[in-house]
Amino acid sequence: MLELNLARRAPTAAPLASETGVTVTPLGPEGRLAFRIKPAALSGQGTIDGFDLSGAINSRTASGDGAQQRVALRLGPDEWMLLVAADEVDERCEAIAAALPGAAHALVDVSHREVSFSVEGPGAADVVNAGCPLDLSSKAFPAGSATRTILGKAEIVLQRLATDSFTVTTWRSFAPYVQGFLVEATRA
Amino acid sequence: MSQPFRLASGGRIDRTRPLSVSFNGKRLEGFAGDTVASMLLASGQHLAGRSFKYHRPRGILSHGSDEPSALLSVDWRADRGPGHRDPNNRASVVEARDGLVVKTQNHWPSLETDIGAINDSLSPIFVAGFYYKTFMWPRKFWDRVYEPVIRKAAGLGEAPEVGDADRYSNRHAHCDVLVVGAGPAGLAAALAASADGQRRVILADEGAEAGGALLNDATSKIDGKPAMAWVTEAVATLDARENVVILPRTTAFGYYNHNHVCMVERVSDHRADAPEGLARERMWQVRAGEVVLAAGSHERPLVFENNDRPGIMLAESVRAFVNRWAVLPGKELVVATSSASAYRTALDARAAGMRVSIVDIRLEADCGPELAAAKDAGITVRNGHTVIQALGSKRVAGLVVAPIGSDGSIGEKLTLACDCVAMSGGWTPSVHLFSQSRGKLAFDAELDAFLPEKSAQAERSAGACRGIYDLAAVIADGAKAGGGDLAPETTASFTGFQPVRVLPTDADASRVKAFVDFQNDVTAKDIKLAVREGFESIEHVKRYTTTGMATDQGKTSNMNALGLVAGILDRPLPAVGTTTFRPPYTPVTFGALIGPARDELFDPVRKTPIDPWAENNGAVFEPVALWRRAKYFPKSGEDMHAAVARETKAVRTTVGIFDASTLGKIEVVGPDAAEFMNRIYTNAWLKLKVGGCRYGLMLREDGFVYDDGVVARLAEDRFHLTTTTGGAPRVMRHMEDYLQTEWPDLDVFLTSITEQWAVIALQGPNARKVLEPFVSEIDLTEAAFPHMTVKTGYVCGVPCRLFRVSFTGELGFEVNVPADYGEAVWKALYEEGRKHGMTPYGTEAMHVLRAEMGFIVVGQETDGTVTADDLGLSGLVSKVKADFVGKRSLTRPDMVMADRRQLVGLLTRDPAEVLDEGAQVVEDPHQPIPMKMIGHVTSSYASENCGRSIAMAMIDGGRARIGETVHVTTPAGFTEAVISKAVFYEVKGETADA
Repeated sequence: MLELNLARRAPTAAPLASETGVTVTPLGPEGRLAFRIKPAALSGQGTIDGFDLSGAINSRTASGDGAQQRVALRLGPDEWMLLVAADEVDERCEAIAAALPGAAHALVDVSHREVSFSVEGPGAADVVNAGCPLDLSSKAFPAGSATRTILGKAEIVLQRLATDSFTVTTWRSFAPYVQGFLVEATRA
Repeated sequence: MSQPFRLASGGRIDRTRPLSVSFNGKRLEGFAGDTVASMLLASGQHLAGRSFKYHRPRGILSHGSDEPSALLSVDWRADRGPGHRDPNNRASVVEARDGLVVKTQNHWPSLETDIGAINDSLSPIFVAGFYYKTFMWPRKFWDRVYEPVIRKAAGLGEAPEVGDADRYSNRHAHCDVLVVGAGPAGLAAALAASADGQRRVILADEGAEAGGALLNDATSKIDGKPAMAWVTEAVATLDARENVVILPRTTAFGYYNHNHVCMVERVSDHRADAPEGLARERMWQVRAGEVVLAAGSHERPLVFENNDRPGIMLAESVRAFVNRWAVLPGKELVVATSSASAYRTALDARAAGMRVSIVDIRLEADCGPELAAAKDAGITVRNGHTVIQALGSKRVAGLVVAPIGSDGSIGEKLTLACDCVAMSGGWTPSVHLFSQSRGKLAFDAELDAFLPEKSAQAERSAGACRGIYDLAAVIADGAKAGGGDLAPETTASFTGFQPVRVLPTDADASRVKAFVDFQNDVTAKDIKLAVREGFESIEHVKRYTTTGMATDQGKTSNMNALGLVAGILDRPLPAVGTTTFRPPYTPVTFGALIGPARDELFDPVRKTPIDPWAENNGAVFEPVALWRRAKYFPKSGEDMHAAVARETKAVRTTVGIFDASTLGKIEVVGPDAAEFMNRIYTNAWLKLKVGGCRYGLMLREDGFVYDDGVVARLAEDRFHLTTTTGGAPRVMRHMEDYLQTEWPDLDVFLTSITEQWAVIALQGPNARKVLEPFVSEIDLTEAAFPHMTVKTGYVCGVPCRLFRVSFTGELGFEVNVPADYGEAVWKALYEEGRKHGMTPYGTEAMHVLRAEMGFIVVGQETDGTVTADDLGLSGLVSKVKADFVGKRSLTRPDMVMADRRQLVGLLTRDPAEVLDEGAQVVEDPHQPIPMKMIGHVTSSYASENCGRSIAMAMIDGGRARIGETVHVTTPAGFTEAVISKAVFYEVKGETADA
């Protein structure tokens, strides 16, 4: 077997400085698993392979720390996005499948499908609101929220980690547009 | 220009901050807080523009956003180069600032001397409907003579000649209560609504300062304090509340469904210190739980001869200029009114030093306490008088008035010398936004106004915009709309008016220009003419005369026009109808609407992981849906034809490499996946073995071909499906739709993997040789890996889904690797491939290669009306499956007609001639026009491999006509072609399915 140590290449520009206190930073590779299962098929299991699936729709649950962290974004009644370290994907796929014998589900590796950006700093919500029509007040979209939505003309998945900290994830070919849109929005 | 008409003190201007503006090249002086209109008046200048049609001199009519006449071209940042100018700014709302360069419009050679004013004398021919009557004949004159001339003459300002150099931003916002208007009603509503700190309140006002009409008010008291002290206190209270956002200079211009209100905030135009790059305007898209409209009302002009002379203004506007801007719009004022409110203007103007008299249409007995107040102040009041005409040309010089007898007769005329007229015909509530929200209006005869009757959304109107004019009542109404209670003690307002449409006169009505719509130059006689010619609905009158159709949307003119039409027809006013109010409330810049969506943010340009390599290697790109794809890779000196000839030849003789990453890809997973595929596609799927691939055809419910692609079965319960590039989103939607609404019982899940995988197609006799050194855990031999199969393993050490497929007829592989590795794998394959004659090829060569084999492209051979049988693909439509999407439609009589258009080939007589795609096909080019068309060309190329041109076409009953000669349109006429089978090339050596 011919091993070539190929470098990954993501379609983003380097971190772009913004004029206000909000920064838009491309995030590195991450393992992303599109996980689909009808709630009944979970047979009451709230946690699968360490992923906490008990969160409400449009919520983000995280367990574990650092490289071991497992995040579940509940995007729909039967849909989660599971996030793990980039090199954990194969192990997690096997473990999740093993934890659901006979239960109809789909687990698809979409790690390379998407690119994430952090949007951080005072007023980060306003920057996201430049193109996202959702109510991002801390009452309507508190830290720990996650949802599929739009930013300008691109579809995104939006996570709120803290009051002034968001993660914006988009399909890779939309990434330059999303990055440019966010940086433009950081300008007053 | 100094400021001879500026009062020594008073006004809401900052005399410590003088400034100047360039007006038609002259220096105009003023202070912070001024508008260009107040600066012009301070300098003694009323003439501010020429009118639309007759080029009549026009002045400043109003002090607000309803100004129809004083329209200026403004270069907002002349010091920052071109791209900062826009036309048709209302002088009354352009905030003065150092550095503004403003010019008047619609005149030549100058504002003072305008040749176009000849139109005024020619006006007997420019009657309503003039265009429709005059330019009908001769018909041929329209394109070359009439239209160009009319276009040149029409319009007010000149559109900017260069791109807009400014930035514009966009912001979505949510709140519990949006209050539109920060006058007394709006402030009271915002105070009440925000008392509960949990409720988010946005208060927006189009002006620079809160206060609304109170900004013009020097005398009213609220709870014993000057009205503006109450305003200041209210604003301070609101400002201190964290749950309140106050947006000055923000116009709510559109009210849409679900309380979605669009507003534009002017961010930097007023700021001399605006840093470069600061957005000029910000669009706010507000979704509000509740909306309180406190939009106020518009004053009506009076309609009399020459009522448009500069110096004739709305009465409230005269009051505003005197009190708010400390400017006297003249020395000798006549207040002409049918409304009590104008008496306040008379009192304030007199107190400020103008000589004032009042002409009131109303009889003494019909007046209220305002009459005594005026008389007490020593003002002469002429009750029961009409205005016959205004004198003067570029400035009003006098007003001819006369008493009206009890029989309606005109008494002895009297000329009142004056240099300023304040007119008021009463008030029209501003129901624009209410009406946009689809709320129902009702006519109130008492108030002579259309008022909000029934809200269609969570909305309430408050104050003057629903006909409440007394200050105490306005505040109480606002508070109530905000969910609270306020009952302040205030000075009584002068309210009430007597509606009057056209002032009585004994002049020959057919010779009098009494303007109803100032901006579109529509006179009372134009409207009378329209009615006489049979236009009775206001919507028809509006279109015939253009009244109310200018950018001011008839804010000052609508009620006068409606009343006039109703009066002539002798019908109650509501029977004539109301006009429709459409967004925007006031003109909005294109920049604000577009926001950041320009240049690289205009639309996402989707690029594949391999795009950087293509760009570095000289690819010429083409857009395909949102994607940009490499079309061909020209070597130096090559045109497209030469490059494509070389690329297509390489694929058939050595090997080509092609970026197929944009193909739509969907992973279909679940125990019922095969059953789902069986229902979505026309062919059979249940028996496809794991590791096998199959070409699938997908129909819509109506039986027409929707999409196609190769599908691989990766496991019993897992399929990897491909779609056309442009079809990916709609196929996903189509499948989800069926899954969620028709077959929720199926345990299947769909995941888009289009962007997970970069796809590198290797096509040509040497494809296997190139791939071999890089592959691990996959046996590439024909026996182990035949055509239309799939294997997983590694390429260049990267996990890979390897397809043995071909869209060229040659031996072919499609290498799917995770997208981040796409470019690196491509480079590795390309470096190795060069030893075997590898040539990168683009979409154009791909199209030619597939056409040589007769493979269709959905969207090129198909147009939404083509069946599988039309394409010669009936073999892909299962006869035994119980059902699939579109099956029932296939038995409709039209779908099985023998002479349906069918896919065939066309070979031109001249092998070098390439037909036009889309060209029509006929049997006999000599038949009379209109000819019977029997088909059209769908694909056409010069084929290097075939040594001639090839074309695909859809021809009526085409398969039975092979060998027949037909005629195909060309730009020059017709050319001959012979119908053939739609396969043009036979693969030599190892074929795709050897």
